[in-house]
Amino acid sequence: MYRYDEFDHAFVSARVDQFKDQVERRLAGELSEDQFRPLRLMNGVYLQLHAYMLRVAIPYGTLSSRQMRKLAYIARHYDRGYGHFTTRQNLQYNWPALKDMPKVLDELASVEMHALQTSGNCIRNVTADHFAGAAADEVADPRPYAEILRQWSSMHPEFSYLPRKFKIAVTGAERDRAAIQVHDIGLHLKKNATGELGFAVYVGGGQGRTPMVAKKIRDFLPVEDLLSYTTAIMRVYNLNGRRDNKYKARIKILVHETGTEELTRQVEAEFRVLKETDLKLPQQDVDAIDSYFAPPSLPLRPEGWSELAAARKADHSFSIWVDQNVTPHKNPDYGVVTISLKPIGGIPGDATDAQMDLVADIAEKFSQDEIRVSHEQNLVLPHVAIADLRIVYDLLLTDGLATANAGLITDIIACPGLDYCALANARSIPVAQRISERFGKPERQSDIGELKIKISGCINACGHHHVGHIGILGVEKKGEELYQISLGGSGDEICTIGDITGRGFSSEEIVDAVETIVDRYLDIRTDKEETFLATYRRVGAAPFKDALYSEAANAA
Amino acid sequence: MSVKVLTANRLTDGEAVWLGANGEWLEHIDGALIARHAEAVTALEEAGKAAIKSNLVIDVNVIDVEERGTDLYPLRLRERIRQLGPTIRLDLGKQAEKPKATAA
Repeated sequence: MYRYDEFDHAFVSARVDQFKDQVERRLAGELSEDQFRPLRLMNGVYLQLHAYMLRVAIPYGTLSSRQMRKLAYIARHYDRGYGHFTTRQNLQYNWPALKDMPKVLDELASVEMHALQTSGNCIRNVTADHFAGAAADEVADPRPYAEILRQWSSMHPEFSYLPRKFKIAVTGAERDRAAIQVHDIGLHLKKNATGELGFAVYVGGGQGRTPMVAKKIRDFLPVEDLLSYTTAIMRVYNLNGRRDNKYKARIKILVHETGTEELTRQVEAEFRVLKETDLKLPQQDVDAIDSYFAPPSLPLRPEGWSELAAARKADHSFSIWVDQNVTPHKNPDYGVVTISLKPIGGIPGDATDAQMDLVADIAEKFSQDEIRVSHEQNLVLPHVAIADLRIVYDLLLTDGLATANAGLITDIIACPGLDYCALANARSIPVAQRISERFGKPERQSDIGELKIKISGCINACGHHHVGHIGILGVEKKGEELYQISLGGSGDEICTIGDITGRGFSSEEIVDAVETIVDRYLDIRTDKEETFLATYRRVGAAPFKDALYSEAANAA
Repeated sequence: MSVKVLTANRLTDGEAVWLGANGEWLEHIDGALIARHAEAVTALEEAGKAAIKSNLVIDVNVIDVEERGTDLYPLRLRERIRQLGPTIRLDLGKQAEKPKATAA
């Protein structure tokens, strides 16, 4: 893992001191809210319905046990005993007091963490594949490049007041688990024909009120040009991005209005100016960062396979969990474990302080001291020996962390919605809970297979509903919550924005509507191997619309 | 009939509060100062501006409520949730102190 150097420590410490002073001045009345608001947002402090919220950055979703324990400690001492892992691989505390914020930031800094750039019109926390550095299908670990981008973008003077927020995601595998094509910049780390590392560069993706799939503007960018090319994109955006209308200010609108060809021309022209400057990454610097992410030395544990076979035979529940939540590792004696934060009927992404401590303990003993946060609001133990799966499972069971539903219909993404968020128009979490309960039986989930439901409580789409196989958007209509359904969205390498089915459904109707869609899928799939998304792509929206609206009409 | 009250979040901790008839900011909507006509609403708005200036509260809003017996019932779900707490965690927020109430 990356370790702060002296510069990093001094930088974060100076920012904490600065914010401490700003909070004191605010509480003393020396700063007005209008003056203070942009300052608190730069430090990740929002105001929600019931209290302030602190959004903590988890760069590229990577945590050590020590850091996770600190997050638990903060939840226990400064919040209400839990935190919420978000679709941006961040953690949100929902109840901290303003007066305590400097102390919380001090606590975070003590474990090399911060809340910088988790808000505001700047380059936000860089996200990455949550299986990075472990997945069997990975070409190279994307995290060194995410870290380079983090260092480069932190308090970048030229890019601190962009037209709008800016999100970068990086993946190092063909299978896109980081949803790079719905980010402002998506980077796909890959090798060219001669084995050199570089990036396919995507620009102008995003969700929100105007969802768009990013356009590929470079098929292969040598890694040494990462910062010069990214700077070129940022400069074109910073200069030409709209500042007259916040709803048209994201780079996706600039790409759309300018045209991909012309925008690419502008970026390439800027890149030619920057290419041979000091933005060119020296190999020794890349190597230095790379060394922090060197794969852990994993001892051979071949005995695991026979032990696993026996354990599977003895315990069907364990066997299902292995099938669903363990993914192949680069090292065949190891697996990548997804810890579901989606217990049946639970709150997606929430973890108690005790659960965080438990995960930290397990990671320390059984996963090389490493934890990942996924944008799907789960946690990941990236390096677990097959031989240790049974004991890890048993430990996870002790605190409700062994739900075997990764990638299934109950593994639902949901934003905090109107239960917490000041921007929301409708609740998300209760809808997720009711869907989870409706489909919670293991046999039923297993029969349905891979199906990603994503729920947002407003058009800002923090719940990624546009790329849900089934997406649900909550709106407020005549004082009531109403839920609009979209189908066929996907955030992976074949990225698509879902199609809206038609009129929305009330809170009472929405779970039945989802069940109607699922039942229709089960009726028309060619066989169990054909996933919901594959079926939708084969047949289109018509059979589902027919099921939804003709049944509704019949019932009326 | 809908009437109006003034609500905000307290500066120090973000707690949802309502302007009381006694001029204090209250942690519960009970006892909130009710505006029944346009002049009273204007007075609420002025009180809100003054409270912002004196750095007691932030995010001040006049909201619609209905008088139901002795209770005040916010018309928007958003305000009912602010009044009570998250609907998915009845152990948190003001509802944890007032178990009889439900938000939605």
